[in-house]
Amino acid sequence: MAEKEEVKLLGIWASPFSRRIEMALKLKGVPYEYVEEILEKKSPLLLSLNPIHKKIPVLVHNGKTILESQVILEYIDETWKHNPLLPQDPYERSKARFLAKLVDEQILTAGFVSMARADEKGREVLAEQTRELIMNLEKELVGKDFFGGKTVGFLDVVAGSVIPFCLERGWEGIGLEVITEEKFPEYKRWVKNLEEVEFVKDCIPPKEKHVEHMNYMGERIRSG
Amino acid sequence: MADEVILLDLWASMFGMRTRIALAEKKVKYEYREEDLENKSSLLLEMNPVHKKIPVLIHNGKPVCESLIQVEYIDETWPGETSLLPSDPYQRAHARFWGDFIDKKVNVTARRIWATKGEEKEASSELIEILKTLEAELGDKRYFGGETFGYVDIALIGFYSWFGVYDKFGNISIESECSKLIAWAKRCMQRESVAKALPETEKVTTFISQCLGLE
Repeated sequence: MAEKEEVKLLGIWASPFSRRIEMALKLKGVPYEYVEEILEKKSPLLLSLNPIHKKIPVLVHNGKTILESQVILEYIDETWKHNPLLPQDPYERSKARFLAKLVDEQILTAGFVSMARADEKGREVLAEQTRELIMNLEKELVGKDFFGGKTVGFLDVVAGSVIPFCLERGWEGIGLEVITEEKFPEYKRWVKNLEEVEFVKDCIPPKEKHVEHMNYMGERIRSG
Repeated sequence: MADEVILLDLWASMFGMRTRIALAEKKVKYEYREEDLENKSSLLLEMNPVHKKIPVLIHNGKPVCESLIQVEYIDETWPGETSLLPSDPYQRAHARFWGDFIDKKVNVTARRIWATKGEEKEASSELIEILKTLEAELGDKRYFGGETFGYVDIALIGFYSWFGVYDKFGNISIESECSKLIAWAKRCMQRESVAKALPETEKVTTFISQCLGLE
């Protein structure tokens, strides 16, 4: 007899970190309650569940709290074993984890800094740095529909939530072209594949609202 | 089939120490190669082209980079009798959270004590706060995971060999501020895997003093 599962996710509509958790839960067919948080006004619930970092996403599963998006993804994968996110082979798993770390640490940072720069030259330098980093993902996609092979996996939800469905919206807002078809054909093909997957589509922030939001955030940083 | 395992590392790296400990806990035979950061080997540049950093674990010609990723790789590849991570998903998530906390907070802050001029006071008090948070997480347990030595202990223990550096340049005494943490570290040092992986604190302190031109 199945125990009643209670799954709650605290997130923010524009955050790639909570969006990726939604993708994973939907991939696994796990029903959950979503709680929208406001960055400038964090709820007492969030602060009590994540006193150390005070950040989303927070997953609560049958009363247990799990923090940090990549840690949450691995928890989801280990708890609901069907439709696996990570490959079985330890070496392939280490590669997926390595590239996921590259996305969240270096690519995300370089990408955001490129938007935060007010001068065109500064932006182009950061854009070029970001391109070099994304080339590591481009190489990994050769001959594959997704990073996970034939199906969406761990690195797809990590990189997907950050690059096409977050950074690219920011770049669009400021008219900066970072990822071209010419230099990144595999990446472009992968994004098209992702956009056709039902549960990924369901978890992408609405485009116009998102571009506007990224512009607003960028403006705030650029002006001081 | 014989496994070929090579570790590209630096004797003083608290990150390399994690991998050395994990390999020793699993009794995996490997070849240790000392890198010179001023003159990186072609193998290092080939195996870690993205970051060009140590430690790099090379298993039958295939590279695994990033120390905590290496620890998980080692745990999965050589399951054996000892597990470095717990088997329960929630306990594993808990361990990974603390590994991530250590990675995000400890070195970034600790480095500022000796590598950046003028920040010693601020950085050392921040470091003490971070260590106290870890001490609170440890509580009265023998190790971070409970009775068994594991992932979080491995993530943190290498920094113990650097406490002399932080004490000296930060003008603090970690022992008097975090006595429970020191007791934990001494317990870990009784394990052969840890004792062999960590250099003597004095050696690290002398090395850093020399790097800074003070000795």
